[in-house]
Amino acid sequence: MKSDPSARVSKGKVVTAVFLKDIQIELRSRVVTNQVLPFAGLVMVMFAFALDNDDVLQRVAGGLVWLATLFSLFIIVQRSFAIDTADGALDSLRVAGIDLSAVFFGKAIALAIKLIALEIVLICSAVLLYRVDVSATGLVLLVTCVFCATSGLAFVGTLYGGLTAGAKGRETLLPLLLLPVVAPVLIAATRATEAAFGSGGAQTSEGWAWIGLLAVFAAVFGVGGSLAFGSLIDE
Amino acid sequence: MKDAGFIFGSYIVTLGAILMFAVATLRRARDSSQSVDEKDKTWL
Amino acid sequence: MSQVLQRTSPTGTRATKVIGALAILVMAWVVVSGLILSPQDVVQGESVRIMYVHVPSAWIAYLAFIFTAVASASWLISKKHSMGFDRFAGASAEVGVMFMAITLITGSLWGRLTWGEFWQWDPRLTTTAFLFVTYVGYLAVRRLEGSVEQRARRSAVVAMLAVLEIPLVHFSVVLWRSLHQGATVLNPNGDVKMDDLMLFTLFSGVVGFTLVFVWLVLHRQRTMLLVDVANRRGLDAAIAARQSEGSVN
Repeated sequence: MKSDPSARVSKGKVVTAVFLKDIQIELRSRVVTNQVLPFAGLVMVMFAFALDNDDVLQRVAGGLVWLATLFSLFIIVQRSFAIDTADGALDSLRVAGIDLSAVFFGKAIALAIKLIALEIVLICSAVLLYRVDVSATGLVLLVTCVFCATSGLAFVGTLYGGLTAGAKGRETLLPLLLLPVVAPVLIAATRATEAAFGSGGAQTSEGWAWIGLLAVFAAVFGVGGSLAFGSLIDE
Repeated sequence: MKDAGFIFGSYIVTLGAILMFAVATLRRARDSSQSVDEKDKTWL
Repeated sequence: MSQVLQRTSPTGTRATKVIGALAILVMAWVVVSGLILSPQDVVQGESVRIMYVHVPSAWIAYLAFIFTAVASASWLISKKHSMGFDRFAGASAEVGVMFMAITLITGSLWGRLTWGEFWQWDPRLTTTAFLFVTYVGYLAVRRLEGSVEQRARRSAVVAMLAVLEIPLVHFSVVLWRSLHQGATVLNPNGDVKMDDLMLFTLFSGVVGFTLVFVWLVLHRQRTMLLVDVANRRGLDAAIAARQSEGSVN
Protein backbone atom coordinates (compact mmCIF):
# COMPACT_ATOMS: atom_id res chain seq x y z
CA MET A 1 0.00 0.00 0.00
CA LYS A 2 1.74 3.14 -1.19
CA SER A 3 1.30 6.17 0.97
CA ASP A 4 0.25 9.10 -1.14
CA PRO A 5 1.89 12.25 0.29
CA SER A 6 -0.99 14.44 -0.72
CA ALA A 7 -3.43 12.11 1.02
CA ARG A 8 -1.51 12.08 4.30
CA VAL A 9 -3.08 14.44 6.79
CA SER A 10 -0.76 17.12 8.14
CA LYS A 11 0.25 16.86 11.75
CA GLY A 12 -1.17 20.27 12.57
CA LYS A 13 -4.54 19.30 11.16
CA VAL A 14 -4.62 16.15 13.28
CA VAL A 15 -3.76 18.07 16.43
CA THR A 16 -6.49 20.60 15.73
CA ALA A 17 -9.04 17.97 14.82
CA VAL A 18 -8.44 15.90 17.96
CA PHE A 19 -8.39 19.00 20.14
CA LEU A 20 -11.66 20.30 18.71
CA LYS A 21 -13.32 16.91 19.06
CA ASP A 22 -12.42 16.68 22.74
CA ILE A 23 -13.57 20.23 23.43
CA GLN A 24 -16.85 19.67 21.58
CA ILE A 25 -17.52 16.54 23.60
CA GLU A 26 -16.95 18.54 26.76
CA LEU A 27 -19.18 21.37 25.60
CA ARG A 28 -21.94 18.92 24.86
CA SER A 29 -21.66 16.81 27.99
CA ARG A 30 -20.48 19.59 30.31
CA VAL A 31 -18.89 17.11 32.68
CA VAL A 32 -16.14 19.50 33.73
CA THR A 33 -18.38 22.50 34.25
CA ASN A 34 -21.24 20.63 35.88
CA GLN A 35 -19.43 17.99 37.88
CA VAL A 36 -15.71 18.55 38.26
CA LEU A 37 -15.74 22.27 39.07
CA PRO A 38 -18.37 21.88 41.79
CA PHE A 39 -16.40 18.94 43.14
CA ALA A 40 -13.24 21.01 43.26
CA GLY A 41 -15.03 23.88 44.94
CA LEU A 42 -16.41 21.48 47.52
CA VAL A 43 -12.94 20.11 48.17
CA MET A 44 -11.75 23.63 48.97
CA VAL A 45 -14.60 24.01 51.46
CA MET A 46 -13.82 20.61 52.99
CA PHE A 47 -10.23 21.70 53.53
CA ALA A 48 -11.54 24.66 55.52
CA PHE A 49 -13.65 22.33 57.68
CA ALA A 50 -10.76 20.00 58.28
CA LEU A 51 -8.06 22.58 58.95
CA ASP A 52 -10.31 24.93 60.92
CA ASN A 53 -7.83 27.80 61.29
CA ASP A 54 -7.80 30.98 59.21
CA ASP A 55 -4.08 31.57 59.56
CA VAL A 56 -3.22 28.01 58.65
CA LEU A 57 -5.54 28.12 55.65
CA GLN A 58 -4.02 31.33 54.40
CA ARG A 59 -0.56 29.87 54.81
CA VAL A 60 -1.26 26.60 53.01
CA ALA A 61 -3.65 27.96 50.40
CA GLY A 62 -1.15 27.36 47.59
CA GLY A 63 -0.83 23.71 48.44
CA LEU A 64 -4.57 23.22 48.75
CA VAL A 65 -5.21 24.67 45.30
CA TRP A 66 -2.83 22.20 43.69
CA LEU A 67 -4.00 19.25 45.79
CA ALA A 68 -7.57 19.90 44.69
CA THR A 69 -6.31 20.16 41.11
CA LEU A 70 -4.63 16.78 41.32
CA PHE A 71 -7.67 15.07 42.82
CA SER A 72 -9.83 16.44 40.04
CA LEU A 73 -7.21 15.56 37.42
CA PHE A 74 -7.97 11.84 37.63
CA ILE A 75 -11.65 12.35 36.92
CA ILE A 76 -10.98 14.63 33.97
CA VAL A 77 -8.38 12.31 32.45
CA GLN A 78 -10.50 9.20 32.76
CA ARG A 79 -13.43 11.03 31.24
CA SER A 80 -11.23 12.22 28.40
CA PHE A 81 -10.39 8.65 27.42
CA ALA A 82 -13.61 6.90 28.35
CA ILE A 83 -15.40 8.11 25.24
CA ASP A 84 -12.52 7.21 22.94
CA THR A 85 -12.31 3.65 24.13
CA ALA A 86 -16.06 3.15 24.24
CA ASP A 87 -16.27 3.91 20.53
CA GLY A 88 -13.06 2.22 19.61
CA ALA A 89 -11.97 5.61 18.32
CA LEU A 90 -8.35 5.16 19.36
CA ASP A 91 -8.14 1.88 17.48
CA SER A 92 -9.52 3.40 14.31
CA LEU A 93 -7.00 6.21 14.52
CA ARG A 94 -4.18 3.73 14.78
CA VAL A 95 -5.43 1.66 11.87
CA ALA A 96 -5.83 4.77 9.72
CA GLY A 97 -2.12 5.44 10.05
CA ILE A 98 -2.54 8.78 11.75
CA ASP A 99 0.53 10.18 13.48
CA LEU A 100 -0.17 9.25 17.09
CA SER A 101 2.07 11.92 18.57
CA ALA A 102 -0.25 14.44 16.95
CA VAL A 103 -3.19 12.75 18.66
CA PHE A 104 -1.21 13.01 21.89
CA PHE A 105 -0.76 16.76 21.54
CA GLY A 106 -4.37 17.30 20.48
CA LYS A 107 -5.68 15.50 23.54
CA ALA A 108 -3.12 17.13 25.82
CA ILE A 109 -4.10 20.63 24.72
CA ALA A 110 -7.79 19.86 25.26
CA LEU A 111 -6.96 18.48 28.70
CA ALA A 112 -4.90 21.59 29.46
CA ILE A 113 -7.82 23.88 28.63
CA LYS A 114 -10.06 21.97 31.04
CA LEU A 115 -7.37 22.07 33.73
CA ILE A 116 -6.85 25.81 33.35
CA ALA A 117 -10.57 26.39 33.78
CA LEU A 118 -10.40 24.27 36.91
CA GLU A 119 -7.36 26.08 38.30
CA ILE A 120 -8.88 29.50 37.74
CA VAL A 121 -11.89 28.44 39.79
CA LEU A 122 -9.66 27.03 42.51
CA ILE A 123 -7.47 30.11 42.74
CA CYS A 124 -10.52 32.33 42.93
CA SER A 125 -11.87 30.07 45.70
CA ALA A 126 -8.62 30.46 47.57
CA VAL A 127 -8.77 34.24 47.26
CA LEU A 128 -12.37 34.26 48.46
CA LEU A 129 -12.41 31.51 51.07
CA TYR A 130 -8.89 31.61 52.44
CA ARG A 131 -8.38 35.36 52.07
CA VAL A 132 -5.15 35.35 50.13
CA ASP A 133 -3.97 38.45 48.30
CA VAL A 134 -2.24 38.57 44.95
CA SER A 135 -0.06 41.53 43.99
CA ALA A 136 0.59 42.62 40.40
CA THR A 137 3.99 40.89 40.23
CA GLY A 138 2.43 37.94 42.02
CA LEU A 139 -0.19 37.72 39.31
CA VAL A 140 2.44 37.44 36.57
CA LEU A 141 4.11 34.66 38.52
CA LEU A 142 0.78 32.97 39.10
CA VAL A 143 -0.22 33.01 35.45
CA THR A 144 3.16 31.63 34.41
CA CYS A 145 2.91 28.97 37.08
CA VAL A 146 -0.55 27.92 35.93
CA PHE A 147 0.61 27.72 32.34
CA CYS A 148 3.76 25.69 33.03
CA ALA A 149 2.26 23.38 35.63
CA THR A 150 -0.79 22.72 33.48
CA SER A 151 1.36 21.78 30.49
CA GLY A 152 3.17 19.19 32.56
CA LEU A 153 -0.02 17.80 34.07
CA ALA A 154 -1.71 17.66 30.67
CA PHE A 155 1.16 15.74 29.07
CA VAL A 156 1.42 13.28 31.94
CA GLY A 157 -2.34 12.90 32.25
CA THR A 158 -2.77 12.18 28.54
CA LEU A 159 0.07 9.68 28.62
CA TYR A 160 -1.05 7.63 31.59
CA GLY A 161 -4.68 8.07 30.66
CA GLY A 162 -3.89 6.43 27.34
CA LEU A 163 -2.01 3.67 29.12
CA THR A 164 -4.89 2.73 31.39
CA ALA A 165 -7.63 3.47 28.84
CA GLY A 166 -10.16 0.70 28.65
CA ALA A 167 -8.44 -1.36 31.31
CA LYS A 168 -10.39 -2.90 34.13
CA GLY A 169 -9.56 -1.31 37.45
CA ARG A 170 -8.28 1.84 35.79
CA GLU A 171 -10.09 4.04 38.31
CA THR A 172 -7.67 2.96 41.01
CA LEU A 173 -4.69 2.28 38.78
CA LEU A 174 -4.56 5.76 37.25
CA PRO A 175 -4.09 7.63 40.56
CA LEU A 176 -1.51 5.07 41.69
CA LEU A 177 0.53 5.63 38.54
CA LEU A 178 -0.04 9.34 38.24
CA LEU A 179 0.56 10.66 41.76
CA PRO A 180 4.24 9.70 42.07
CA VAL A 181 4.88 11.18 38.64
CA VAL A 182 3.21 14.51 39.36
CA ALA A 183 4.88 14.97 42.74
CA PRO A 184 7.47 17.38 41.27
CA VAL A 185 4.64 19.47 39.84
CA LEU A 186 2.90 19.57 43.20
CA ILE A 187 6.07 20.63 44.98
CA ALA A 188 7.10 23.26 42.43
CA ALA A 189 3.64 24.67 41.67
CA THR A 190 2.83 24.97 45.36
CA ARG A 191 6.05 26.83 46.14
CA ALA A 192 5.56 29.17 43.19
CA THR A 193 1.93 29.79 44.12
CA GLU A 194 2.89 30.47 47.72
CA ALA A 195 5.42 32.99 46.47
CA ALA A 196 2.71 34.64 44.38
CA PHE A 197 0.36 34.73 47.37
CA GLY A 198 3.10 35.91 49.69
CA SER A 199 2.32 33.06 52.09
CA GLY A 200 4.67 32.72 55.00
CA GLY A 201 6.57 35.80 53.89
CA ALA A 202 7.64 34.25 50.59
CA GLN A 203 8.91 36.73 48.02
CA THR A 204 7.64 36.67 44.46
CA SER A 205 11.21 36.40 43.23
CA GLU A 206 11.62 33.05 44.98
CA GLY A 207 8.89 31.55 42.85
CA TRP A 208 10.71 31.83 39.54
CA ALA A 209 13.20 29.07 40.29
CA TRP A 210 10.29 26.71 40.72
CA ILE A 211 8.86 27.82 37.39
CA GLY A 212 12.09 26.55 35.88
CA LEU A 213 11.46 23.10 37.34
CA LEU A 214 7.90 23.13 36.01
CA ALA A 215 9.17 24.04 32.55
CA VAL A 216 11.73 21.21 32.59
CA PHE A 217 9.05 18.77 33.70
CA ALA A 218 6.71 19.87 30.92
CA ALA A 219 9.49 19.61 28.33
CA VAL A 220 10.56 16.15 29.46
CA PHE A 221 7.07 14.73 29.39
CA GLY A 222 6.05 16.61 26.29
CA VAL A 223 8.83 14.95 24.34
CA GLY A 224 8.83 11.63 26.18
CA GLY A 225 5.06 11.49 26.18
CA SER A 226 4.66 11.99 22.47
CA LEU A 227 7.15 9.21 21.79
CA ALA A 228 5.62 6.84 24.32
CA PHE A 229 2.00 7.51 23.41
CA GLY A 230 2.41 6.08 19.94
CA SER A 231 4.05 3.01 21.43
CA LEU A 232 1.23 2.46 23.88
CA ILE A 233 -1.68 2.66 21.47
CA ASP A 234 0.26 0.85 18.79
CA GLU A 235 -0.68 -2.67 19.64
CA MET B 1 22.15 -6.50 73.62
CA LYS B 2 20.46 -3.14 73.75
CA ASP B 3 17.62 -2.62 71.28
CA ALA B 4 17.82 -6.31 70.46
CA GLY B 5 14.22 -6.34 69.31
CA PHE B 6 14.74 -3.90 66.46
CA ILE B 7 18.03 -5.42 65.41
CA PHE B 8 16.80 -9.01 65.35
CA GLY B 9 13.56 -7.77 63.85
CA SER B 10 15.45 -6.28 60.91
CA TYR B 11 17.29 -9.51 60.22
CA ILE B 12 14.13 -11.57 60.53
CA VAL B 13 12.21 -9.27 58.18
CA THR B 14 15.03 -9.40 55.64
CA LEU B 15 15.68 -13.13 55.68
CA GLY B 16 12.02 -13.96 56.12
CA ALA B 17 10.97 -11.95 53.09
CA ILE B 18 13.67 -13.52 50.93
CA LEU B 19 12.69 -17.00 52.09
CA MET B 20 8.99 -16.45 51.48
CA PHE B 21 9.64 -15.09 48.00
CA ALA B 22 11.88 -18.06 47.19
CA VAL B 23 9.37 -20.62 48.43
CA ALA B 24 6.47 -18.94 46.64
CA THR B 25 8.41 -18.85 43.37
CA LEU B 26 9.50 -22.47 43.56
CA ARG B 27 5.98 -23.56 44.42
CA ARG B 28 4.53 -21.60 41.48
CA ALA B 29 7.11 -23.20 39.24
CA ARG B 30 6.18 -26.65 40.37
CA ASP B 31 2.47 -26.06 39.78
CA SER B 32 2.89 -24.57 36.33
CA SER B 33 5.51 -27.04 35.22
CA GLN B 34 3.01 -29.87 35.14
CA SER B 35 1.23 -28.56 32.07
CA VAL B 36 4.42 -27.66 30.22
CA ASP B 37 6.55 -29.93 28.02
CA GLU B 38 10.26 -30.38 28.54
CA LYS B 39 10.99 -28.74 25.20
CA ASP B 40 9.53 -25.42 26.33
CA LYS B 41 11.89 -25.25 29.28
CA THR B 42 14.59 -23.40 27.44
CA TRP B 43 17.04 -23.38 30.30
CA LEU B 44 17.50 -27.15 30.44
CA MET C 1 18.27 -38.57 40.83
CA SER C 2 18.09 -35.68 38.40
CA GLN C 3 14.46 -36.53 37.69
CA VAL C 4 13.63 -36.25 41.36
CA LEU C 5 15.34 -32.87 41.45
CA GLN C 6 13.45 -31.82 38.34
CA ARG C 7 10.16 -32.58 40.01
CA THR C 8 11.04 -30.61 43.11
CA SER C 9 12.61 -27.71 41.27
CA PRO C 10 11.61 -27.53 37.64
CA THR C 11 13.29 -24.17 37.19
CA GLY C 12 16.59 -25.24 38.66
CA THR C 13 19.81 -25.82 36.76
CA ARG C 14 23.40 -26.51 37.78
CA ALA C 15 24.09 -22.81 37.67
CA THR C 16 21.26 -21.88 40.02
CA LYS C 17 22.19 -24.63 42.43
CA VAL C 18 25.73 -23.30 42.61
CA ILE C 19 24.57 -19.72 43.00
CA GLY C 20 22.04 -20.78 45.60
CA ALA C 21 24.61 -22.67 47.64
CA LEU C 22 27.02 -19.75 47.52
CA ALA C 23 24.26 -17.34 48.46
CA ILE C 24 23.35 -19.36 51.53
CA LEU C 25 26.97 -19.58 52.64
CA VAL C 26 27.66 -15.89 52.24
CA MET C 27 24.41 -14.86 53.88
CA ALA C 28 25.09 -17.16 56.81
CA TRP C 29 28.47 -15.48 57.25
CA VAL C 30 26.85 -12.04 57.06
CA VAL C 31 24.34 -12.95 59.76
CA VAL C 32 26.96 -14.40 62.07
CA SER C 33 29.38 -11.55 61.53
CA GLY C 34 26.73 -8.89 61.53
CA LEU C 35 25.01 -9.97 64.70
CA ILE C 36 27.86 -11.45 66.71
CA LEU C 37 31.41 -11.09 65.44
CA SER C 38 31.56 -7.52 64.27
CA PRO C 39 32.11 -4.84 66.88
CA GLN C 40 29.56 -2.25 67.87
CA ASP C 41 29.99 1.28 66.63
CA VAL C 42 31.64 3.98 68.68
CA VAL C 43 28.71 6.36 68.23
CA GLN C 44 25.71 4.16 67.48
CA GLY C 45 26.43 1.14 69.58
CA GLU C 46 24.69 -2.07 68.66
CA SER C 47 22.15 -0.48 66.33
CA VAL C 48 24.80 -0.26 63.62
CA ARG C 49 24.19 -3.98 63.04
CA ILE C 50 21.08 -3.12 61.08
CA MET C 51 23.37 -1.51 58.52
CA TYR C 52 24.52 -4.93 57.35
CA VAL C 53 21.04 -5.79 56.06
CA HIS C 54 19.79 -2.30 55.25
CA VAL C 55 22.57 -1.01 53.02
CA PRO C 56 22.87 -4.13 50.83
CA SER C 57 19.07 -4.19 50.46
CA ALA C 58 19.10 -0.61 49.24
CA TRP C 59 21.91 -1.41 46.86
CA ILE C 60 20.04 -4.39 45.39
CA ALA C 61 16.79 -2.45 45.16
CA TYR C 62 18.47 0.19 43.00
CA LEU C 63 20.27 -2.47 40.99
CA ALA C 64 16.94 -4.19 40.31
CA PHE C 65 15.43 -0.91 39.16
CA ILE C 66 18.27 -0.33 36.72
CA PHE C 67 18.07 -3.91 35.50
CA THR C 68 14.33 -3.60 34.88
CA ALA C 69 14.91 -0.39 32.94
CA VAL C 70 17.67 -1.95 30.82
CA ALA C 71 15.62 -5.09 30.15
CA SER C 72 12.62 -2.96 29.21
CA ALA C 73 14.70 -0.84 26.86
CA SER C 74 16.11 -4.01 25.31
CA TRP C 75 12.62 -5.31 24.70
CA LEU C 76 11.56 -2.06 23.06
CA ILE C 77 14.65 -1.87 20.88
CA SER C 78 14.92 -5.54 19.87
CA LYS C 79 13.28 -6.17 16.51
CA LYS C 80 11.90 -9.54 17.52
CA HIS C 81 10.61 -8.17 20.82
CA SER C 82 12.03 -11.21 22.50
CA MET C 83 9.83 -12.05 25.48
CA GLY C 84 12.81 -13.06 27.59
CA PHE C 85 13.62 -9.38 28.07
CA ASP C 86 10.11 -8.67 29.27
CA ARG C 87 10.21 -11.54 31.73
CA PHE C 88 13.55 -10.42 33.12
CA ALA C 89 12.15 -6.92 33.52
CA GLY C 90 9.14 -8.24 35.39
CA ALA C 91 11.08 -10.67 37.56
CA SER C 92 13.62 -8.03 38.48
CA ALA C 93 10.83 -5.61 39.37
CA GLU C 94 9.18 -8.09 41.71
CA VAL C 95 12.43 -8.87 43.48
CA GLY C 96 13.20 -5.15 43.52
CA VAL C 97 9.91 -4.27 45.19
CA MET C 98 10.61 -6.82 47.90
CA PHE C 99 14.10 -5.45 48.56
CA MET C 100 12.78 -1.92 48.51
CA ALA C 101 10.23 -2.84 51.16
CA ILE C 102 13.02 -4.42 53.21
CA THR C 103 15.09 -1.27 52.76
CA LEU C 104 12.31 0.99 53.92
CA ILE C 105 11.41 -1.19 56.91
CA THR C 106 14.96 -1.76 58.13
CA GLY C 107 15.82 1.87 57.47
CA SER C 108 12.83 2.90 59.51
CA LEU C 109 13.86 0.68 62.41
CA TRP C 110 17.44 1.92 62.23
CA GLY C 111 16.26 5.50 62.12
CA ARG C 112 14.13 4.92 65.18
CA LEU C 113 17.20 3.80 67.06
CA THR C 114 19.57 6.48 65.81
CA TRP C 115 17.41 9.53 65.18
CA GLY C 116 14.57 8.64 67.49
CA GLU C 117 12.09 8.81 64.61
CA PHE C 118 10.75 6.23 62.19
CA TRP C 119 10.83 8.64 59.26
CA GLN C 120 12.68 11.71 57.97
CA TRP C 121 11.82 13.82 54.95
CA ASP C 122 15.35 13.42 53.72
CA PRO C 123 15.66 13.42 49.90
CA ARG C 124 17.18 9.96 49.61
CA LEU C 125 14.56 8.35 51.82
CA THR C 126 11.73 10.16 50.12
CA THR C 127 12.97 9.21 46.67
CA THR C 128 13.29 5.60 47.79
CA ALA C 129 9.70 5.64 48.96
CA PHE C 130 8.65 7.05 45.60
CA LEU C 131 10.65 4.41 43.78
CA PHE C 132 8.79 1.80 45.79
CA VAL C 133 5.37 3.17 44.91
CA THR C 134 6.38 3.54 41.25
CA TYR C 135 7.42 -0.12 41.19
CA VAL C 136 4.15 -1.18 42.76
CA GLY C 137 2.39 0.71 39.98
CA TYR C 138 4.60 -1.01 37.40
CA LEU C 139 3.63 -4.42 38.76
CA ALA C 140 -0.05 -3.43 38.71
CA VAL C 141 0.29 -2.49 35.05
CA ARG C 142 1.78 -5.90 34.33
CA ARG C 143 -1.32 -7.50 35.77
CA LEU C 144 -3.68 -5.67 33.44
CA GLU C 145 -5.70 -7.78 31.05
CA GLY C 146 -4.28 -8.38 27.65
CA SER C 147 -1.91 -10.46 25.62
CA VAL C 148 1.65 -11.14 26.65
CA GLU C 149 2.85 -8.65 24.05
CA GLN C 150 0.54 -5.94 25.39
CA ARG C 151 1.85 -6.60 28.88
CA ALA C 152 5.40 -6.28 27.66
CA ARG C 153 4.75 -3.07 25.76
CA ARG C 154 2.81 -1.32 28.51
CA SER C 155 5.24 -2.20 31.26
CA ALA C 156 8.27 -1.36 29.12
CA VAL C 157 6.87 2.13 28.54
CA VAL C 158 6.07 2.57 32.23
CA ALA C 159 9.60 1.47 33.14
CA MET C 160 11.14 3.96 30.72
CA LEU C 161 8.94 6.75 32.05
CA ALA C 162 10.00 5.81 35.56
CA VAL C 163 13.62 6.36 34.53
CA LEU C 164 12.63 9.90 33.53
CA GLU C 165 10.42 10.49 36.51
CA ILE C 166 12.62 9.36 39.39
CA PRO C 167 15.45 11.88 38.84
CA LEU C 168 12.85 14.66 38.53
CA VAL C 169 11.22 13.59 41.79
CA HIS C 170 14.59 13.37 43.53
CA PHE C 171 15.65 16.78 42.29
CA SER C 172 12.37 18.36 43.39
CA VAL C 173 12.64 16.85 46.84
CA VAL C 174 16.26 18.00 47.21
CA LEU C 175 15.20 21.55 46.29
CA TRP C 176 12.23 21.29 48.60
CA ARG C 177 14.19 20.13 51.61
CA SER C 178 16.87 22.71 51.02
CA LEU C 179 14.27 25.33 51.94
CA HIS C 180 14.10 23.97 55.45
CA GLN C 181 17.40 25.36 56.63
CA GLY C 182 17.42 23.78 60.02
CA ALA C 183 16.94 20.17 58.97
CA THR C 184 20.21 18.32 58.80
CA VAL C 185 20.38 15.47 56.36
CA LEU C 186 20.59 12.68 58.85
CA ASN C 187 22.11 9.59 57.39
CA PRO C 188 22.44 6.63 59.70
CA ASN C 189 25.48 5.31 57.94
CA GLY C 190 27.02 8.74 57.54
CA ASP C 191 28.69 8.90 60.90
CA VAL C 192 29.77 5.29 61.24
CA LYS C 193 33.48 4.78 61.60
CA MET C 194 34.13 1.42 60.03
CA ASP C 195 36.90 -0.88 61.05
CA ASP C 196 38.12 -3.71 58.85
CA LEU C 197 35.71 -6.37 60.00
CA MET C 198 32.75 -4.02 59.64
CA LEU C 199 33.81 -3.12 56.13
CA PHE C 200 34.29 -6.74 55.22
CA THR C 201 30.91 -7.70 56.62
CA LEU C 202 29.27 -4.94 54.68
CA PHE C 203 31.06 -5.99 51.52
CA SER C 204 30.00 -9.60 52.11
CA GLY C 205 26.48 -8.38 52.54
CA VAL C 206 26.54 -6.73 49.15
CA VAL C 207 27.97 -9.89 47.57
CA GLY C 208 25.51 -12.14 49.36
CA PHE C 209 22.48 -10.04 48.50
CA THR C 210 23.58 -9.85 44.87
CA LEU C 211 23.78 -13.64 44.73
CA VAL C 212 20.31 -13.85 46.27
CA PHE C 213 19.06 -11.35 43.70
CA VAL C 214 20.46 -13.33 40.79
CA TRP C 215 19.06 -16.60 42.12
CA LEU C 216 15.61 -15.14 42.72
CA VAL C 217 15.43 -13.39 39.34
CA LEU C 218 16.52 -16.49 37.42
CA HIS C 219 13.95 -18.68 39.14
CA ARG C 220 11.20 -16.06 38.91
CA GLN C 221 11.92 -15.42 35.25
CA ARG C 222 11.74 -19.12 34.41
CA THR C 223 8.57 -19.48 36.44
CA MET C 224 7.03 -16.65 34.45
CA LEU C 225 7.86 -18.53 31.27
CA LEU C 226 6.17 -21.63 32.65
CA VAL C 227 3.09 -19.64 33.63
CA ASP C 228 2.94 -17.95 30.22
CA VAL C 229 3.27 -21.23 28.34
CA ALA C 230 0.73 -22.95 30.58
CA ASN C 231 -1.71 -20.08 30.03
CA ARG C 232 -1.23 -20.21 26.30
CA ARG C 233 -1.81 -23.95 26.38
CA GLY C 234 -4.99 -23.43 28.29
CA LEU C 235 -6.12 -20.82 25.82
CA ASP C 236 -5.26 -22.99 22.81
CA ALA C 237 -7.11 -25.93 24.35
CA ALA C 238 -10.17 -23.80 25.04
CA ILE C 239 -10.17 -22.51 21.46
CA ALA C 240 -9.77 -26.05 20.07
CA ALA C 241 -12.60 -27.31 22.25
CA ARG C 242 -14.83 -24.50 21.03
CA GLN C 243 -14.00 -25.23 17.43
CA SER C 244 -14.72 -28.91 17.76
CA GLU C 245 -18.06 -28.05 19.35
CA GLY C 246 -18.87 -25.95 16.31
CA SER C 247 -17.95 -28.71 13.85
CA VAL C 248 -20.13 -31.24 15.66
CA ASN C 249 -23.11 -28.90 15.29
